[in-house]
Amino acid sequence: MISLYLPERTWLHGIPAGWKLIALALVSLAVAPSDNLPLMTGLVAAVLALYVSLGRAALTQIALLRPMWPLFLILLAFHWWRGDVALGVVILLRILAMVLLANAVTMTTRMDAMMDAVEPLLRPLALIGVAPRAVALAVAMMIRFVPLLFALWEALNESYRARTGKRGGWRLLAPFCIQTLRMSHHTAEALAARGGAPRGDRR
Amino acid sequence: MKDRSLVQIALYAAIFAVLGLLPRFDLPVAGGVPITAQSMGAMLAGVMLGAWRGALSIVLLLFVVALGAPLLAGGRGGLGVFFTPSVGFIFGWIAVAFTAGWLMQVLRRAPVFPAALIAAVVGGIVVMYAFGIAGMSLVGGLTLREATLACLVFIPGDAIKAVLVALIAQTVARGMPEALLSRNA
Repeated sequence: MISLYLPERTWLHGIPAGWKLIALALVSLAVAPSDNLPLMTGLVAAVLALYVSLGRAALTQIALLRPMWPLFLILLAFHWWRGDVALGVVILLRILAMVLLANAVTMTTRMDAMMDAVEPLLRPLALIGVAPRAVALAVAMMIRFVPLLFALWEALNESYRARTGKRGGWRLLAPFCIQTLRMSHHTAEALAARGGAPRGDRR
Repeated sequence: MKDRSLVQIALYAAIFAVLGLLPRFDLPVAGGVPITAQSMGAMLAGVMLGAWRGALSIVLLLFVVALGAPLLAGGRGGLGVFFTPSVGFIFGWIAVAFTAGWLMQVLRRAPVFPAALIAAVVGGIVVMYAFGIAGMSLVGGLTLREATLACLVFIPGDAIKAVLVALIAQTVARGMPEALLSRNA
């Protein structure tokens, strides 16, 4: 499974996931109301320094921001038009810093460590009859479904091409949905045959 | 929660992810605005699963994205996406699925195509843009009017997606009626 996680170990990998999440939340709360240009510039510089300290692999991840440039330009254009470019720049810097900072947490935390860190937050769900283990099962099933669905789509696309010589595109969506639903019935039967999904304490 | 519901919630979350990751799944859109098929996933989840299961499948998807899986269009993911100006759309998908599913259940006696079209348009356009515009305005520091202008270019694409969702719902209703859970739950 593809992941944004950096396999190469850095110092940030060593910090527990919970601490990183709390730090991220605190920073985001702290900077949300501020529109101080030097402060935001400093924050972006600090985040970039963090990336430098994580090494080359982390720096290449900054390229993930590329799809956001059009949106940044539109935001800036609106602020320009309103005659408040400075505010626009501050807002862009804030978005940039927070996105990069949040990505740094994602890059250096394994998905299972993240799951363990949020698990205590899921515990109250047991009160309404949802077992935290059922949530974990749903997460695992979903991640497992993604490559299966890709394979299914490819198979449908191949047969469509064999019949028509063209790519199927959106025409495949309806057969795709029917096939996936059939697959989900089989999965549900297999799950039931193995004792069913974990249930909450209430039942 | 029944096993089948759990599996189907996971399934639609995965379909949502696949719609965003399929290479070159382009929709024909005027103006050359690049459009991903992804927001269709939210409409589909609602129309097919009904309000609660549809919304839960989007919650599950967002949860997995937050855990660090790059499952949003263009391989985006991780905690970073929740700090972009598009965050309104991202959380809006939950409301999209809920509204579309709720309307499907309300209109269960109507023929499938018009019911699904109404559900997809109200959920996938009215509700989604209400959330998207609010998010754009909060994170991007725009007024509501400016944010609306910035979002307008995407509406034609979403109208096409709504029609596609309705067509899919109709085909599924013919080919595998019991799969349209929003109707026979």
